[in-house]
Amino acid sequence: MKDLVREFTKGIFKENPTFVLALGLCPTLAVSVTVANGIGMGLAATFVLLGSSVIISLVRNFIPGKIRIPCFIVIIATFVTITELCLKAYSPVLNRALGIYVPLIVVNCIVLGRAEAFACKNSVLSSLLDGLGMGVGFTIALIMISGIREFLGSGQILGHTLIKGFEPVFVFGMPSGALLVIGLLLGLFNVLKNMKS
Amino acid sequence: MSIQQFLTIFISSVFIYNVILSRFLGLCPFVAISKDTKQAFAMSAAVTFVITASSVVTWLIYRFILLPFNLAYLRTISFVLIIAALVQLIEMVIRKTSPVLYRAFGIYLTLITTNCAVLGAAVLNVDMFFIDGYAVAGGFYYAVFQGFCMGLGYTLAMLIMSGIRERLELCNVPRAFKDFPLAFIIAAVLSLSFMGFSGFKF
Repeated sequence: MKDLVREFTKGIFKENPTFVLALGLCPTLAVSVTVANGIGMGLAATFVLLGSSVIISLVRNFIPGKIRIPCFIVIIATFVTITELCLKAYSPVLNRALGIYVPLIVVNCIVLGRAEAFACKNSVLSSLLDGLGMGVGFTIALIMISGIREFLGSGQILGHTLIKGFEPVFVFGMPSGALLVIGLLLGLFNVLKNMKS
Repeated sequence: MSIQQFLTIFISSVFIYNVILSRFLGLCPFVAISKDTKQAFAMSAAVTFVITASSVVTWLIYRFILLPFNLAYLRTISFVLIIAALVQLIEMVIRKTSPVLYRAFGIYLTLITTNCAVLGAAVLNVDMFFIDGYAVAGGFYYAVFQGFCMGLGYTLAMLIMSGIRERLELCNVPRAFKDFPLAFIIAAVLSLSFMGFSGFKF
């Protein structure tokens, strides 16, 4: 039981995919303009991670080692296609905001990384928790970055104005703001890590 | 098809919507392999080549297989597999025909399979040059040219970045900001300067 809890929580703190492992940064930077987009992207990636982890750990004993990567990619792409179609059908606004970054979840290093490093070696239950934990960690990271960017870039969070009279810094809503925020956050995490050790 | 259209594609995909600095595609090699100009150039040459080749193949597959059979929803799956197979094929051909070239950028080819810039270019081409399930006139040439220009944009960003990082090796930077964090902050400044191109119009 304790092990299972650890499988879940490691993705959130100790092995956070964005801040600690620095994986899957492309969608993180591109969609984090507003918190709503960040949450949407995080949930979509969590769904793909969860589904592909479960399926891959189910079929892990039938896949020959040599062709495992193409098999993983097909499984992951299937879930991405499901996500894409659902988004198109039920939330066209979000789909338009996320744009090409939804199909690009396929090549997100987190998903393939978890399949290769964890799901193809472990039982279904622990893979499920691992996938879920990583997804939650990714979503939290996205919410943090998009929160900072939306607040500084437009003075709002989820469309609500927080401080009256706050003059927004537009550059944080632009691509260079994303790079700056992630650079400073990674540096901050390194400072915290250095203080601990 | 017009020269002006080609010029617009060139300016917008090399400068305004630079693959790395504005669209954030292919960031992993951008921060990982940009410490040495030679390696960075080899990597970006490989990327340019693969993006151009995959633009040709994915456009043809989409136009002549996926669309006629109403399989457009299989776009993501088929593109990923096509790109993976194409990269393997290119690698084999280069290894057999030109060992020199293989030594120069062969090892980077395997890395490119899961590079989001390649898939991103394929998806963008399909999004831009197919309207309501029909190919735009001259769309094939636009798509291939756009793929090539995205590769050029990638090369440009990679070369600037590696030039800066080579000089930074000698500087004394705070320990916490070594490598990754600093690379992102440099990229932020570069991206800021590339924003200057966004007013360009023809």
